[in-house]
Amino acid sequence: MASAAVSAVAETSEPAASTGLARVLQAVTGRLVIIVPYLWLLFFFLAPFVIVFKISLSTTAIAMPPYTPAFSLDEGFAGLWSQLQELNFDNYLWLTDDPLYLNAYLSSVWIAGVSTLLALLVGYPIAYGMARAPVSLRPTLLMLVILPFWTSFLIRVYAWIGILKPEGLLNQLLLGLGVIDTPLVILNTHTAIFIGIVYSYLPFMILPLYSSLEKMDYSLIEAALDLGCRPITAFWKITFPLSLPGVIAGCMLVFIPAVGEFVIPDLLGGSQTLMIGKTLWNEFFANRDWPVSSAVAVILLLLLIVPIMIFQFAQARAQEQGR
Amino acid sequence: MNPTWSRFNITSVVLGFAFLYLPIVLLVVFSFNASRLVTVWGGFSIKWYGELFRNQGLMDAAWVTLRVGVISATVATVLGTLAALALTRYTRFRGRVLFSGMVFAPLVMPEVITGLSLLLLFVAIDLDRGFLTVTLAHITFSMCFVAVVVQSRLMSFDRSLEEAAMDLGAPPVKTFFQVTLPVIAPAVVSGWMLAFTLSLDDLVIASFASGPGATTLPMKIYSQVRLGVTPEINAACTLMIGIVAAGVLAASIVNKRREAQRQRDAQAALRA
Repeated sequence: MASAAVSAVAETSEPAASTGLARVLQAVTGRLVIIVPYLWLLFFFLAPFVIVFKISLSTTAIAMPPYTPAFSLDEGFAGLWSQLQELNFDNYLWLTDDPLYLNAYLSSVWIAGVSTLLALLVGYPIAYGMARAPVSLRPTLLMLVILPFWTSFLIRVYAWIGILKPEGLLNQLLLGLGVIDTPLVILNTHTAIFIGIVYSYLPFMILPLYSSLEKMDYSLIEAALDLGCRPITAFWKITFPLSLPGVIAGCMLVFIPAVGEFVIPDLLGGSQTLMIGKTLWNEFFANRDWPVSSAVAVILLLLLIVPIMIFQFAQARAQEQGR
Repeated sequence: MNPTWSRFNITSVVLGFAFLYLPIVLLVVFSFNASRLVTVWGGFSIKWYGELFRNQGLMDAAWVTLRVGVISATVATVLGTLAALALTRYTRFRGRVLFSGMVFAPLVMPEVITGLSLLLLFVAIDLDRGFLTVTLAHITFSMCFVAVVVQSRLMSFDRSLEEAAMDLGAPPVKTFFQVTLPVIAPAVVSGWMLAFTLSLDDLVIASFASGPGATTLPMKIYSQVRLGVTPEINAACTLMIGIVAAGVLAASIVNKRREAQRQRDAQAALRA
């Protein structure tokens, strides 16, 4: 990988017109622009994944670190080959044997999917309203959407505990208004998790939606209306298809992190909720089973590869258009 | 073309912002509650702020968090700006796909995966977990956010300015510091602030990457929140919100002034 980086840099450097030290220095700084962040990400982002994969194949041991390596280079490459032949996928088999893990994966995808849909339903009218706002007001509205993002995620989730709990503010309000007679049980249910995810990730949904809606040429709608199209039909035939890139980007930005979410199910979902991020956390911190938690992480990553690819593709396309 | 801002549009925007802000407002209000019961109003009081400053554990954690935040945001800003330059200026180099993948993937990567993988790396290279490892972990994920922010600014950058400087004999490094950097400075500054708040905010990755003696504020708050809602935590949260809000406000005022100054300069130049 590192050699790819080096040759990558060699390719971009300008033809070596070595007229003195200054030229050499220039070429070197030109390379550093790529090579420094490249090496950093290779070492701190890509290499760790390789290690996770390696440890997911090893066996648990009572030691520090608590596992026996599956293979190592101590015995040279010949030894590595024989070790590879007796690799064990026990941790993965363990994951398929125990329905707990399968259920956790399924319920994570389900919870994240429902939350993403809800976030789209809540976020779309907001983004649409912002895109139709007077031009002078738009920067302020945009800033107001971004501002909650600057306040701590943990704090925002925590704020909902005080609102949703049985003696919380929402129940007090509803009881006071006489809407309900007995307090609603919302905290420690899936509903609380939906609320938490929609609330925390709403800015991620609104921003891409807003940017694609704002670019839209409103005269298209006017033309449709002039030609006798009903507003609802005009929305579904023109506005929505044109905002599709924003819809996709927003949904991916909410769905992907929500699948692996830990804080929200842990604080709002109570002990009964099953989500894979929580399972991984417990496997690691409570059971100290590093190989199994690594296997959980590998499968979670495989699960998210398709949505991540969609997101990358959308990003790359947006970049091309921006150029 | 001036599309109408219908009543429906206004209502959805107002309701949306109410949803986004009401929980935070309630949290702030109840930090001034005299009663220990967080949901019953017992009169105005600032006693929880006093309790907060007497809580040594919380204060230590705040100090750790602040140092991690400043160091990691600064390094992440340098690395992220370099990455953004690499992505916009060098459109063809081998491994570019992998590189852009590594820049964008951390933006959506579930935190539990990033945290676990970094921890296993630190164990593999035998690095003791603590202040250093938390800082390294925060640099890694926040540099990608900086890269995205700076990159979007670089894409709208008029490259003829750089070309002019180089034609006039300025070496690339000098061109960067005297021409490019001043233009992209607002993006670099907001990149730093974003990296800083991400670091301030992070619970999951810090929990994996940290060791004894380097407990960050979110870790401390989390361990207390699990035991229930307390007014001290409300007070701590309010302070954090206040600091961040003041920072964002100051930055936007500075930005506005600079923008106004720029416009005045442009007009003066036109008149001249």
